Amino acid sequence: MTDYLLTGARILGGEPSDILIADGRIASVTDVSTRSNAGDVETIDATGLIALPGLVDLHTHLREPGREDAETVETGTRAAAMGGFTAVHAMANTEPVADTAGVVEQVWRLGREAGYCDVFPVGAVTVGLAGERLAELGAMADSAARVRVFSDDGKCVSDPVLMRRALEYVKAFDGVIAQHPQEPRLTEEAQMNEGELSGRLGLRGWPAVAEEAIIARDCLLAAHVGSRLHVCHVSTAGSVEILRWARTKGWNVTAEVCPHHLLLTDELAATYDPIYKVNPPLRTQADVEAVRAGLADGTLDIVATDHAPHPHEDKDCEWQAAAFGMLGLETALSIVQHTMVDTGLIDWAGVAERMSAVPARIGRLEGHGRPIAEGEPANVVLYDAAATRTIEASEMASLSRNTPYAGMELPGRVVATFLRGKPTVLDGKLT
Amino acid sequence: MKKHLLSAADLTRDDAELILETAEELRSLADRPIKKLPALRGRTIVNLFFEDSTRTRISFEAAAKRLSADVINFSAKGSSLSKGESLKDTALTLEAMGADAVVVRHWASGAPHNLANAGWSRSSVINAGDGTHEHPTQALLDAFTMTRHLAPEKGQGLDGRRVAIVGDVLHSRVARSNALLLHTLGAEVTLVAPPTLLPYGVDSWNVQTSYDLDAVLPKTDVVMMLRVQRERMNASYFPSVREYSRRYGLDARRMATLQDHAIVMHPGPMIRGMEITADVADSERSVIVEQVTNGVAVRMAVLYLLLGGAEPAITTGDTVPEPVEGSTGPTTGDGENDA
Amino acid sequence: MPPTQPELAEQPDTGSETGPDTGRTVLDARDLSRALTRISHEILERNRGSRDLVLLGIPTRGVHLAHRIAAKISEVEGIDVPVGSLDVTMYRDDLRMRPARALLPTEIPPGGIDDKTVVLVDDVLYSGRTIRAALDAMNDIGRPRAVRLAVLVDRGHRDLPIRADFVGKNLPTSTAESVAVRLEEHDGEDSVTIR
Repeated sequence: MTDYLLTGARILGGEPSDILIADGRIASVTDVSTRSNAGDVETIDATGLIALPGLVDLHTHLREPGREDAETVETGTRAAAMGGFTAVHAMANTEPVADTAGVVEQVWRLGREAGYCDVFPVGAVTVGLAGERLAELGAMADSAARVRVFSDDGKCVSDPVLMRRALEYVKAFDGVIAQHPQEPRLTEEAQMNEGELSGRLGLRGWPAVAEEAIIARDCLLAAHVGSRLHVCHVSTAGSVEILRWARTKGWNVTAEVCPHHLLLTDELAATYDPIYKVNPPLRTQADVEAVRAGLADGTLDIVATDHAPHPHEDKDCEWQAAAFGMLGLETALSIVQHTMVDTGLIDWAGVAERMSAVPARIGRLEGHGRPIAEGEPANVVLYDAAATRTIEASEMASLSRNTPYAGMELPGRVVATFLRGKPTVLDGKLT
Repeated sequence: MKKHLLSAADLTRDDAELILETAEELRSLADRPIKKLPALRGRTIVNLFFEDSTRTRISFEAAAKRLSADVINFSAKGSSLSKGESLKDTALTLEAMGADAVVVRHWASGAPHNLANAGWSRSSVINAGDGTHEHPTQALLDAFTMTRHLAPEKGQGLDGRRVAIVGDVLHSRVARSNALLLHTLGAEVTLVAPPTLLPYGVDSWNVQTSYDLDAVLPKTDVVMMLRVQRERMNASYFPSVREYSRRYGLDARRMATLQDHAIVMHPGPMIRGMEITADVADSERSVIVEQVTNGVAVRMAVLYLLLGGAEPAITTGDTVPEPVEGSTGPTTGDGENDA
Repeated sequence: MPPTQPELAEQPDTGSETGPDTGRTVLDARDLSRALTRISHEILERNRGSRDLVLLGIPTRGVHLAHRIAAKISEVEGIDVPVGSLDVTMYRDDLRMRPARALLPTEIPPGGIDDKTVVLVDDVLYSGRTIRAALDAMNDIGRPRAVRLAVLVDRGHRDLPIRADFVGKNLPTSTAESVAVRLEEHDGEDSVTIR
């Protein structure tokens, strides 16, 4: 195994250091002034680049098994590596649904074979995501995939009794329920954020309250039974308020925000271009400001991509007929830089916290989200924050092309990604 | 005017007035022995209907044929459950057939926008009703009908006229287009409905709203009744048909509170006994049948103004220059401009 | 939306608009009136009176001229000749070459034109294409016994085998020149200028 010396890298944006990677671990982190001839190592000039711990995504759709026309574990993990990720959580809404030990182990094995990043399957909360009875959560937890995050994502566990039971049950193996907060009756056939624009466009509205009511209920439930709750893709100002309140109570609730909700607004629906159709929908500018503030002050713990690949034909059609979702892995870090770092809301240490350390902790991952320090696993991203790039859908490593950022100029570029000392991306290209 | 007619909001006041004036000239065609004009000879117009609407299709078909266009009717209904690929494939087919304009009716809001902007086709796109979004030619024919009754003198507009639009505004594309167009034309629109059937965010529209039909009727010049589907009752928009009719239906007693000159409209198809009683629909105030006649003239005007002049392909950008008389210098008096 | 500037008997791309006062006056108000009087007499003479006569002006100025001719005939004969207007916009052979144009009024007198002698009235006769369009337009309205053409100015340069029966003034021009007819009803004064 080749050893690497990353010279002049600014760890979390700090002073330049040399990082020596050997045998899959960080062998040393030294000041550049003490650099010695390192012997038989490959030297990578990281001058001016920021070194971050490998990113961890708690919310990725890899589509395999079932929709290999949209994404496979192989292509999805390539996209993850290109985005600086070393671990992703693969959501359970595949075909078949990842609601048994067999399916989660299949996904886990495919991830290991691909080798571009670690894949941690998310198990379904209910059988077939049907919201009727619990899946075998314990079997998935005990499987080779060691599932700790359970979610019916794409569907809400709306039955309050079922949600209570799930929250309680996963305590036995320190699991967490990641809720997709969407009250189903309030969002039947909903197409976009309910607001002034939905009324004018004649698209069925998706009220903020449909998200907020579930979040409020689940916070109360989690507190009542003393369980861990994770809230997926928070999109409204009201949700941030509720979570802020839950936090003051000291309840064990974590929450994520997606990059697109940090940047894009519902005004884009006026184009009727389904590239902007996503669940939960793009909200208003006030909501964007609120989730940014929530992410900055820690009310929202992490950024998760909700990377949702779809084949061309599912987006090249009428809005109402189109699928929900957008790509996220390859642009997440740039969006976070653009909306949070360049705006002064958080620093690079804050990025590492929200995109690596905390998501790893929520997922109970070992070996991810660790600091860049001697003896730690060598999961490292080198990132050129000074670069700018114009996003081209055709250049995505993902099998799908449904990025809402096509044509936009975004800051930053992942130069290299190391997974346990092995480069998955070098010079901005997959190895 | 733009190349497409997708929304009533696309129309400036000048555009709308030009369409209404052109329609006024074309309406007299119905009284002539040969009800045909050569303006669109050799042009192909496709009626692309993803949703049944015999009356709208017939109206567009008559309009196109009276302008000598070739008309192809393409019914693609039944695809509301399938994916939208069919819209794209259909568009590519029509493009290959050389359609100059596509008149599209679709169950999905925004489908005409997709057709016009997705790069599938170069045809002009005319929205003949999309989902719960818009139906701009219906609004134009309604404005035309109102103008004939309330502003018969040439050059007289609808400024300051009061129009009440009553019923299921939430699901009505007719209401949306009318609200936009009538505002452009200077009329004052009041939407009257139970709160459940008014769209969220309606406060930001340039209209007034009321929950009380009886309070609005004596002040209005036009009362436009919208169709209310019985199924809405099952979705709890209102408790029962009877209660709806009692609070928001137009019957003879309510009609008697209207001003003498006020007219009653309905975009059709009517549900007699639900939102309007038979005696009101058939009364002298009702211009419902005339709306149909006017629909043909207005759609002729739209087709002529979109397709009658220079090919969109040889104009730059997305817009055709304003079709104003003598726009390239005064010529009509003698008209002997050389070819 | 009638244009406020005078209409030029010329294709638009010959020279820019330099204002209504430029150019040489070829007919002043008195000449113009005299020409119309003469046309009126000639129409009566040719038609052997005003019986079954219909005047159809081609908008905009042709309609004003038709009304003036009808008034003069009425002075002479004491009979009101029906006057109408005939818009030829949709029948023009250059319809597709320029942006869609607003329509102008077509008003056929109550008696119609079947078996009548229709006198088409226009201000300037040039290529003949407008008159060709007018003959087509009339074809869709009825079947006159005969069609005659009266124009205030014939400036030559015909593209089609069309000639006027009654001409106010023959005006030799080059194709580079423009002829502008201005009428009291529309432009505030009567004149014909060339430039």
